[in-house]
Amino acid sequence: MITLQHYLVLSAILFTLGAVGVMFRRNLIVILMSLELMLNAVNLTFIAFSRYLGSVEGQVFVLFTMVVAAAEVAVGLAIAVAIFRQRGTININDINLMKW
Amino acid sequence: MIPIPEVDLGGILPALVLCVGGLIVMVAGSFIPKRAVAFSAIVSLVAVLVAFAVNSPLRMMNRQAFSGLISLDPYSWFCNVLLLIAAGITVLTSVRYLTDDGQELYEYFALLLFATAGMMFMVSANHILVIFIGLETLSISVYVLAGLMPTSPKSREAGLKYLILGGFSSAIFLYGAAFLYGVAGSLSLPAIAKVLQTGAGGKTALVGMGLLLVGFSFKVAAVPFHMWTPDVYEGAPTPLTGYMSVAVKAAAFAVFVRVFFAALGPLQVDWTQILWVLAVLTMVLGNVAALVQNNIKRMLAYSSIAHAGYLIVGMVAGKEAGTSAMLYYLLAYTFTNLGAFGVVALVGRKGEANVMLDDYRGLAASNPVLALAMSIFLFSLAGIPPTAGFMGKFTIFYAAVKAGYIWLVIIGVLTSAVSVFYYFRVVMKMYMEVPEKTPAALQFGPAMILALGIAAVGVMYIGIFPTTYLDLATESVKTLF
Repeated sequence: MITLQHYLVLSAILFTLGAVGVMFRRNLIVILMSLELMLNAVNLTFIAFSRYLGSVEGQVFVLFTMVVAAAEVAVGLAIAVAIFRQRGTININDINLMKW
Repeated sequence: MIPIPEVDLGGILPALVLCVGGLIVMVAGSFIPKRAVAFSAIVSLVAVLVAFAVNSPLRMMNRQAFSGLISLDPYSWFCNVLLLIAAGITVLTSVRYLTDDGQELYEYFALLLFATAGMMFMVSANHILVIFIGLETLSISVYVLAGLMPTSPKSREAGLKYLILGGFSSAIFLYGAAFLYGVAGSLSLPAIAKVLQTGAGGKTALVGMGLLLVGFSFKVAAVPFHMWTPDVYEGAPTPLTGYMSVAVKAAAFAVFVRVFFAALGPLQVDWTQILWVLAVLTMVLGNVAALVQNNIKRMLAYSSIAHAGYLIVGMVAGKEAGTSAMLYYLLAYTFTNLGAFGVVALVGRKGEANVMLDDYRGLAASNPVLALAMSIFLFSLAGIPPTAGFMGKFTIFYAAVKAGYIWLVIIGVLTSAVSVFYYFRVVMKMYMEVPEKTPAALQFGPAMILALGIAAVGVMYIGIFPTTYLDLATESVKTLF
């Protein structure tokens, strides 16, 4: 039997993986993918709660999150292309004109 | 039969006006290759003024629209006024900056208007979904704005860093919202409050609250979630840095207050303790790190972190006194910081040159009026009477003392004394030191003079006659409780 707990634990694991990816991966594209992973973990949580509570609000929220995530990644990739044209690299370690 | 909810466009008219203005700029800008910036600036100013006018009925309202998604109340009115002032002054300070490289970056104004519209949705939201949409509208516009300058690698880098950390914080915010949804079964702020009042939720509610708090702390740049601030503020176009430090921060704080008092009020005992620690860390680290900066944009970035700390003190003080003090402080800070960044943009001339503190040597001799204006802004940031910054700090600390947070106020006043050192270092350089070589003359434009004039008069006026504005702020927060 798969219960609410299973979904919550799975999404917590996915969220953590995404967060670790954002913090420790050096390739810009992989960082953007990790961001997506975090948002999708959140979506899973919403869906699980929505199913558990029998309320549709969570599912509506997920649709909005997906749209916003797509917009965010579009801007992220555009900035990545602009940076690649300027410097020929998308390694975060080389994008360091200013100290973090 | 699906019931069609009643549509009430009147309440969101100010934001709609800004959206229409942004669309006009985007379409028209591509048809007028020359003087697109000047045209877009005028359109944006008109949009801001019209939005200002249609915003005024909100002051008398106290109701909800769009099936409880949006709340139209004096609080939304006050925050909208703040945001519109910030947007208007930013339009004025940006004009010359955007034509410097011989390019017509008119998109800037469209994005600025969209960002402001997103903020206005955010501050009048009564539902976490609307907060999220407004937050992302604002964030995505500002990511692009920060990375807009085509010739500046630093600007691109700022855009990238803001995007990564902004996306990261949005995800954390959403995860918190998901847990609150699990507890309350709804994301409407009154519904969450109602469930939490019964004591339901327990640990899940606390986890949700903590994640929301982290998400908001990123947005308002509270230590230890401030790492992105100095870099993004340094790299972004200077007028935009002023806008980010004022409008984005004001909108984030306005929502922070609304969510934490209107929805998470039952957990106030828990989050007040966390915010107490955050306030101390933010005030101390912001002010101490600003001491060692040589770049004025970086220095003002750390100073804006420190000001976030003072604002959190207002939240800790809580209830009407603390939150109304925050609103007044945000108003004072809007004029002050936009003025200061306007001067930085003016002195910066082309590109990113002249952003070091040493570039301000001898400014009083070559441009006495400009140096005087900058001194007024810096005095206000430091909190010296009779400027608005002094009254802002005074009301916040007064509210905190009344609420019994004596130690917090002592730390606040001490760090504020530290801050006087780095603000006065700039004043010293302007008045006492002599530049090594004579710098090129500054290019004053009419828009810039108007912006700095409004900012300087605003700082002095609401500092000397604060009563009206304090009353307005008190009146505005009443509907929150």
